[in-house]
Amino acid sequence: MPRTAIVKRASAALALAAAASLVLSSCAGTEAEAGDAPATDAATATSIADFGTFADLEAAAKAEGALNVIALPRDWANYGEILDLFAERYPEISITEQSPDVSSAEEIQAAKTNAGLDTAPDVFDLGLTVALQSTDYFAPYKVETWDDIPDALKESNGLFVGDYGGYMSIGYDSSKYDAPTALDDLLGADYKGAVAINGDPTQAGAAFAAVGLATVQSGGDLDDFQPGIDFFQKLNQAGNMLKVDVTTATVTSGETPVVFDWDYLNAAHTASNPAWEVVILDGTGYAGYYNQAINKDAPHPAAARLWQEFLYSDDVQNLWLKGGARPVRMEAMIDAGTIDQALADALPEAPDETVVPTEAQSTDAGTLLGANWAAAVN
Amino acid sequence: MTILAPIESPPGATDAGTDATARSSRRSGHAGVPAAIGLVPFALYLALFLALPTIFAVGSGFASDDGFTLDNVLALGDPVIVSTFANSIGLSALTAVIGAILGALACYAMLGLGEGSRSRGLVEAASGVLAQFGGVMLAFAFIATIGLQGLVTLWLRDTFGIDIFADGAWIYGLPGLVLPYIYFQVPLMIITFLPAMSALKPQWAEANLSLGGTRAGFWLHIGMPVLAPSFLASLLLLFANAFSSYATAAALASQGSQIVPLQIRTALTSETMLGRENLAGALALGMVVVMAITMGLYALVERRAARWRR
Repeated sequence: MPRTAIVKRASAALALAAAASLVLSSCAGTEAEAGDAPATDAATATSIADFGTFADLEAAAKAEGALNVIALPRDWANYGEILDLFAERYPEISITEQSPDVSSAEEIQAAKTNAGLDTAPDVFDLGLTVALQSTDYFAPYKVETWDDIPDALKESNGLFVGDYGGYMSIGYDSSKYDAPTALDDLLGADYKGAVAINGDPTQAGAAFAAVGLATVQSGGDLDDFQPGIDFFQKLNQAGNMLKVDVTTATVTSGETPVVFDWDYLNAAHTASNPAWEVVILDGTGYAGYYNQAINKDAPHPAAARLWQEFLYSDDVQNLWLKGGARPVRMEAMIDAGTIDQALADALPEAPDETVVPTEAQSTDAGTLLGANWAAAVN
Repeated sequence: MTILAPIESPPGATDAGTDATARSSRRSGHAGVPAAIGLVPFALYLALFLALPTIFAVGSGFASDDGFTLDNVLALGDPVIVSTFANSIGLSALTAVIGAILGALACYAMLGLGEGSRSRGLVEAASGVLAQFGGVMLAFAFIATIGLQGLVTLWLRDTFGIDIFADGAWIYGLPGLVLPYIYFQVPLMIITFLPAMSALKPQWAEANLSLGGTRAGFWLHIGMPVLAPSFLASLLLLFANAFSSYATAAALASQGSQIVPLQIRTALTSETMLGRENLAGALALGMVVVMAITMGLYALVERRAARWRR
């Protein structure tokens, strides 16, 4: 019957969300709490002191024996190596890596949908916009190295804390293209059908930042993203804009030879394409930090807190650095001499002046993009 | 899954309901156990995986943090959303018409092959597979062949100096969706339309000729009128098929979310425009309305088309 095929596809699009929640909730009935109920003190602990010593925290986490992480692609900021190191150090704690490719918004949805289940994510890694709006889901926690983290990059109660960041950059295949020195270079005929953004700015943080960078590089400010939208409209009209979804595969095959993305993600492409170079334009730069948070209803509250301590230790901060990202404790570690200097020197040079949008600016820009982006690039 | 041709009634069967019930009760053999019991597993499956999710999805369009709201449904009047629906309907209509015409021509060509011939079996089998060939696989197949670095693109450029992307990379925008969609529309048309085409009785052609009619006259006065309802039904089916396709577009066009399923994705997953999850429900409601109209028309036309397949 042809009708069944239609039904299948029609429902696929619209039932996606509903079906997921339905299926998950129907499993919920049969899901039993693993082992004992989590110790309440772990769920309300706001620092190591609440456990006693670091060894006590480790013991509590090992007793739980599991950790659920979500939205951590293994090729993103070196997360693969970080996860492997945790598994090696704590073989008693089995890590479940859920949905590596979902967006920040979907991480929070996963916490909502799986609330009260063993499958709920224990920890989040979120873009700032989502972190600011989702504080109801977070448990406050201050890691041992809390004082090393710049005040501007942490929520004062430790509800969420910046973890690693970078600058919006342009990656390009140096075997085919010259290095762009200014934004307007990309409008030239040399870059015909070559310039892509990693994602759609109405959906993805990195793409949103690309429009932000185009805004400040065009002489605008973050109160109004219109100059950035106008730039990409010009780029599109010049026939230079590529609208395919950027992946490691498209970079490797040469389908996307010039890409706007975070510098640490662009740097990671060098592994698959040795000619891949990363440029951070002179003038004003656009920075963005991702943020760590602990799920308030984490099924493994001690393991979640151990993961946080682990991430903010010197070793793992250096692993993020190895992935081309700038760890949040970088300044303090440079002063203390614990930074891996060779890795730090390999980073592209930071711009003289850096902007980060406020919550209000982000919201306004989101609304503006929602109204104008699709028309600008069609 | 493969799509089977519309089920033909057994020879000699009539539409008379009484006759049908008489047959089914004879066949069930268990007095007192209604044949409908056999439908329960399927009905349950439909309820769980189609009806409930649809109700939840559409219901979410009327929900907000403080209960019932019409805001999301009113947001459907937003110019961006309206143009998205126009794009979706336009793209679906265009690929349905092109797919239906090409598919019908292919069916006509296959009439020359015997009912049981190997080449015809091959085409039917291939159509069954290709009609379901969509999503990321199809998108990537197109990127690899006519992408900017695709085999065909480079061959055309290096051999003939033809640059198919002289005006920009259209393959990753709305126009770029037309070819992949036609790619699965044509086989679907062959699957659904061939049975109707095969039902044209040779006796009609003979009668037409012996009464002094011409070949063209046969198609004009007999073939086309008989086939018209089936053609229309298949066309509507193709429209619905394209209208609800998501994965192919999601993998090809990453900017602008030009069609409704992509807008639903944006509303659900965006990390830059928050709090629009319920708009997805309203968009789904819009899609359900379009689909309901399409399938309603399909049912009407199909009933008429079935008259000639007995």
